[in-house]
Amino acid sequence: MTPPPSFRRFLELLHEFYESRHRSSLAREMREEDDLFMLLVFSEMMGVPNPASYYTLELLPILYERFHEWHLRMGMERSPLDHFRCC
Amino acid sequence: MSGIVLAALGLGGFALGYVFYSRYIGDRVFQLDPDFETPAHAQEDGVDFVPTNRWVLWGHHFTSVAGAAPIVGPAIGVIWGWVPAFLWVTLGTVFFAGVHDAGALWASVRNRGESIGALTESVVGKRARNLFMIVIFLLLLMVNAVFAIIIAQLFVDVRSSVIPAWFVIAVALAIGWLLYRRGVPLLWPSLIALVLLYGSMFVGAMYPVSLPEQVLGLQEPAQWVLILFAYAALASLLPVWVLLQPRDYINGIQLFVGLAIFFGAVLLANPTVVAPAFNTGLPDDVPPLIPLLFVTIACGAISGFHGLVSSGTTSKQLNSEADVRFVGYLGSVGEGALALAAILACTAGFATLTEWEAFYSTFAAGGIPAFVQGGGAIISEGLRLPVHFAETLLAVMAVLFAATTMDTGVRLQRYIVQEWGVIYDLPVLTGRGISTLVAVGTCIALAFGAGGGAGTGGLVIWPLFGTTNQLLAGLTLLILSVILMKLGRGTVYTLVPMVFLLFMTFFALLVQLADFWRQGQYFLLGLDLLILGAAIWVGLEAVATLRRTWAERKEGKVAVGAE
Repeated sequence: MTPPPSFRRFLELLHEFYESRHRSSLAREMREEDDLFMLLVFSEMMGVPNPASYYTLELLPILYERFHEWHLRMGMERSPLDHFRCC
Repeated sequence: MSGIVLAALGLGGFALGYVFYSRYIGDRVFQLDPDFETPAHAQEDGVDFVPTNRWVLWGHHFTSVAGAAPIVGPAIGVIWGWVPAFLWVTLGTVFFAGVHDAGALWASVRNRGESIGALTESVVGKRARNLFMIVIFLLLLMVNAVFAIIIAQLFVDVRSSVIPAWFVIAVALAIGWLLYRRGVPLLWPSLIALVLLYGSMFVGAMYPVSLPEQVLGLQEPAQWVLILFAYAALASLLPVWVLLQPRDYINGIQLFVGLAIFFGAVLLANPTVVAPAFNTGLPDDVPPLIPLLFVTIACGAISGFHGLVSSGTTSKQLNSEADVRFVGYLGSVGEGALALAAILACTAGFATLTEWEAFYSTFAAGGIPAFVQGGGAIISEGLRLPVHFAETLLAVMAVLFAATTMDTGVRLQRYIVQEWGVIYDLPVLTGRGISTLVAVGTCIALAFGAGGGAGTGGLVIWPLFGTTNQLLAGLTLLILSVILMKLGRGTVYTLVPMVFLLFMTFFALLVQLADFWRQGQYFLLGLDLLILGAAIWVGLEAVATLRRTWAERKEGKVAVGAE
């Protein structure tokens, strides 16, 4: 049994009501966690030994775009890492 | 006077205000343009700037601004009789609060979604920005202290509210966990949460909780104040999704349910207003109606706090500029309706005039207990519920409002303290732990300094809280007036409320100063002086800015109609 469209719309709005109020603080918290994760992945390049670096290497291309955004957000115009240039 | 007639007059007045006055203001003064690209579209980022359905946004705005304050203010304010409180709430909502809230929203939308604080700097100047921060800090400090005292008082007066008020925290934790960790859709947890919440009220009524009469020389209310701040400190350190978000949500739902229950009960019971229209037999300690009424009832008639919400989060999510009326104006109407409910509960919920007078025997004695007992009587008569359950329901409603505001308030104060740590290069203050301790410590000091801890002081501090709130509203109205003046539009709709508010606030601070001096309450005297200083500053700033803008306009420096 599928609910009528008006009811589904109501559920959507209810969900939005739940989420909209704290959307920005949640996004900010998410970003902080992501930053920590990025730090772990890039740790080898910053001279912090990382036993899992063999596996995190794969993640570099995925984090590439976010890395650029990250160093801009941190007030660094260019990439701070010697071997990792993005702009 | 019949309760139905009073409710109909109030709600009818709000409806007329929304249909006619807000349309006039929206068309002629703000000149709302449905084609204007709002910041939610122009700067859409999926985080702060997100176009949002206007019903959702209205619900979010309304539940953010409505708290315990529109209940406490009117509940104390009816001591002068029901007519002054009723007129100030209805006329204030229609001509003051609606314009103020919608105006703050409009001004922010027209300025890339900037907050009123940032607008103060760009419109008035840097000095005014500092003033703005000081007023906000004072406001937060008082909000937290006052609400802790209110909750403590409720826990002692209505002991059945203790279990449901704490149980709701467990419910909120469960909802947050189910939603984010288990991905359960929202509907079922919401319904179950409501059933559990109202069920826990029955349990609470069966098992009233009381603390030991004295612990380390602290009486019961004082113990509760300490427990509440310990909780608020812990809660403010948790991630938002764990507790604050589901709590806010339950609160919001509960607000709508509570309002529906109350006005439904008024309709069914049609209680008679027993309180006098104008109270001629005022107790000795009651200050004069003018100016104190206008600061005792702040939220519910006009409140500067709304401007912060309007320009802080709501403006970044507004889908169309035409929604300014619906979200901003109608949001304040919602709060007016809550204040109206409080007036009805505190004037029509008593059987006889003698019973009412016994409750309002001193200035700050009425307040929330009157709302709980009066409202409880109306609900139990209208909906045939046990009186005790109805009272618990209202007490829990008030506790939840106040507690959620405390959660947010302590969190915001922590942010301010941390910011000071950065600005003044004090790394100690930037840590979460220390900054929370500082925030909570100042609040506790204020709560005890204001006499709340002794359990005898009542709410002497309440009108002071109102003055700060009105100062903030005055500042926002000043900014609106300056913007409108620069655009060459009618400023009378914002200037008249501003002058009225600043005058009443100033007057009230002076009256209270004399009272505190006579009563030897030097702590409150100092606080009053501090706010008075801020009030004078706001006044001077207003005169200087308006004169400057007026002169610029005469010289034709400001292009008329330019954005």
